[in-house]
Amino acid sequence: MSLVLIALAIIIIGGLLALAVCKNGSLSTLLGAASTVVGCIIALIPVLQTIYYGDTTIIRLAWNMPYGSFFLKLDPLSAFFLLPIFVLSGLAAIYGREYMMAYRDKKWLGLSWFFFNLLLVSMAFVCLAHNTVLFLISWEVMALSSFFLVAFEYEKEAVRKASWIYMVASYLGTAFLLPMFLIFGSEAGSLDFDGFVQGLSSGEANICFILALVGFGTKAGIMPFHVWLPVAHPAAPSPVSAIMSGVMIKTGIYGLVRTLTFLGMPPLWWGYLLLAIGIISGVLGVLFALAQHDLKRLLAYHSVENIGIILIGLGVGMIGWSSGMPIVAALGFAGALLHVINHALFKGLLFLGAGSVFHGAHNLELDHLGGLIKKMPSTGLFFLIGSVAISGLPPLNGFVSEFVIYIASFSGAMSLNPSSSLSMIGAIAGLALIGGLAAACFTKAFGIVFLGEPRSKDAENARESSPWMTLPMMILAVACIFIGLLGAAVIQVIPPVIGVVLGNPYTGEIRIASNYLFSVTAGSAVFIIFLMAISGLRSFLLSRRSVGSSGTWDCGYAAPDARMQYTASSFAQPIIDLFQFFLRTKKNITMPDSYFLGAARFETHTTDIGRKGIYNPIFKAIGSFFGRMKVVQEGRIHIYVLYVVVTLLILLFWNMR
Amino acid sequence: MDSTIEIMMILLLLSDMALLGLSRLRTCISIVSFQGMLLGLLALVTQLGSLTPRLIMIAAASFIIKGFVFPILLRRGIREAGTQHEIEPFVGYITSVIAGLAMLGVSLWLGTKLPLFAAGSGTSLIVPAALTTLFTGLFLIIARKNALNQCLGYIIMENGIYTFGIVSVVEIPLLVELGILLDVFVAVFVMGIAIYHINREFDHLDSDRLNVLKG
Repeated sequence: MSLVLIALAIIIIGGLLALAVCKNGSLSTLLGAASTVVGCIIALIPVLQTIYYGDTTIIRLAWNMPYGSFFLKLDPLSAFFLLPIFVLSGLAAIYGREYMMAYRDKKWLGLSWFFFNLLLVSMAFVCLAHNTVLFLISWEVMALSSFFLVAFEYEKEAVRKASWIYMVASYLGTAFLLPMFLIFGSEAGSLDFDGFVQGLSSGEANICFILALVGFGTKAGIMPFHVWLPVAHPAAPSPVSAIMSGVMIKTGIYGLVRTLTFLGMPPLWWGYLLLAIGIISGVLGVLFALAQHDLKRLLAYHSVENIGIILIGLGVGMIGWSSGMPIVAALGFAGALLHVINHALFKGLLFLGAGSVFHGAHNLELDHLGGLIKKMPSTGLFFLIGSVAISGLPPLNGFVSEFVIYIASFSGAMSLNPSSSLSMIGAIAGLALIGGLAAACFTKAFGIVFLGEPRSKDAENARESSPWMTLPMMILAVACIFIGLLGAAVIQVIPPVIGVVLGNPYTGEIRIASNYLFSVTAGSAVFIIFLMAISGLRSFLLSRRSVGSSGTWDCGYAAPDARMQYTASSFAQPIIDLFQFFLRTKKNITMPDSYFLGAARFETHTTDIGRKGIYNPIFKAIGSFFGRMKVVQEGRIHIYVLYVVVTLLILLFWNMR
Repeated sequence: MDSTIEIMMILLLLSDMALLGLSRLRTCISIVSFQGMLLGLLALVTQLGSLTPRLIMIAAASFIIKGFVFPILLRRGIREAGTQHEIEPFVGYITSVIAGLAMLGVSLWLGTKLPLFAAGSGTSLIVPAALTTLFTGLFLIIARKNALNQCLGYIIMENGIYTFGIVSVVEIPLLVELGILLDVFVAVFVMGIAIYHINREFDHLDSDRLNVLKG
């Protein structure tokens, strides 16, 4: 535990030093990145120890803050969420060393590194804090430091707008957390988390659960509170997007799971609610991802989708928990928690890959890219691995966690009462639909960006990034493969973690899943051997022939060019038309009107359903209400004093009554 | 002693009514200055048995600042602005006096309700007088357009608070009292400057026109 604090101190000191020399781009980058890497490596030691041995350590210091105490607790649940934070942040810092240097002449990089390190430390404190005041302070520092990072390129109007949307969403979320903690605190008589032990009446517990779901869900990006994700993530620099999408939104999941430990045995409907929100977030997230034209925005919508998968796991687990099905409960939670780590790995990898594309080609519009795999082979390979992983295909890590959730749902579907088993079937169908659509979406993303021919000058002039950027991606890709192949072993770390939530480590149930996963590993091994045999056969067959390359057959048209390739929109069109009800994609078509070549254009635009359908009307209503309230703002001092006097008199008489 | 206080309270109430009914700014300033001196004496009279140098100092400071410094500052404000009368108040003078009587009634009722000085002092008029003075100050701030009148209202309101404080707490903490005095002093100072500038910008002192500044 003290090692964690030492590590965090190193990181924050590095950030302050970077701030002190903020005008010197290279020096502040060196200080910021090096301290982050060193701090993360040191911090990983106690974190791994805690997960492995399943023990709990606390630090409690006096703190001169009303109702606050400097109470940190490192238990397996915290450690499990800290693990991806430190791994991904360390790698992102190495990556950022190269990536941020491109802005050396335009920006004071020291500022950004300061906020980067601050973000990392505040995320760690969010997971460690065991007192409400400390938790909320860390929570707000996390939101603020990431706000400044999102606003990195503040000179662009779109970026300023994105960062404001993020800020407003963050505060709205916190507004729901405050009353929740106050309810807990007033019941327990103390604001330390230890005091919050399950003394609530069922009505209060329901209110707290809903508040936690909205408050933490806003940070996590569940539908319909996800509106900030698709705008904030593309605006931020790529290493920051990787951290925000990979680990920061998981603090919302952490908060939700931690709140469950205060609430005790959940009623059945909580599980149904989580499951429903999970399916909606997952399916709609991936559908909107399909409709996007910007690589990073596409990835941001996939974060919504993956948060949906995590919630499906949690929902299945909670249904199992309340209906007394240990295997459903244990495996639901286990799958959800594993997916937290897996998503951090592959989403981090994909955002770093997108950053590498931007670094090399200076463009993220899907329809301006193409053929990058020839120019950027390592980036292309790692992006492919990330794409396969996020689509939940074996033998990579995305499959492992989704598979565990599948096992939980199937066990539930077979042995629960009809209504519960119906929900389990819903979970299975939802997961399958999400997986299929995600695979389609990443076929589109990878195919358009990396395959074919370059569609623009930017893509033609692309060049591979340096090893500072490809090495972190390689490590993440290896981790994805490693977890994918050794899922049976990796899942063994879960029992102490779910022990914190469910009160019982359920080692036996996890072992069952481990056995299933072992067969998956065996199957994957066979698959890999088969793949190697086929590719060996291919090179054997080709070795005796001459290999040439020529253009694709183009129906006899004599002058094909790169713009005639399949575009991202045309690839996604069949699926988008199918789900037009949700997406409401606007098309703008001008057809050529004669038999000879003429001008033609085609444009699609997909507005976010949550923003258009929910937030804009609400904010418009609030705006017009306060517009009407302007009448009160008379502009005369006399009237204002009159307001004060009348209020005071009313209060006085109220008291005299 | 009690009867002396009683008489002072009546004088305070009468000055309140006069302030509500008069339109000449110069007279109003004189009345406020009279109120200030009256209250400086009141501090001494209530504590007649146990006079301390500190108490005398506070009383003297209040006497001098409210009785002489403020009036001088305000008279200078009038001179510079060249206004002599409040021309069109929001609430007319007769109505103001009637409102003042209503405030007195409410204050008397409140005085019986407030459980402050049930025992000891038989000076039943102090609380109503203090409240009436406070309300008068607020009323002037609300009902008069002239910035100078508002400034006066502020001082009168402070007088009410002061009266209240002098009887409710036997030993007013020195710092609190000085703090209030300083507050008012700064306020008058700032108002004086503001009056000067309002006058220069708008050629008059009617603060209701300030709403052209609102966005």
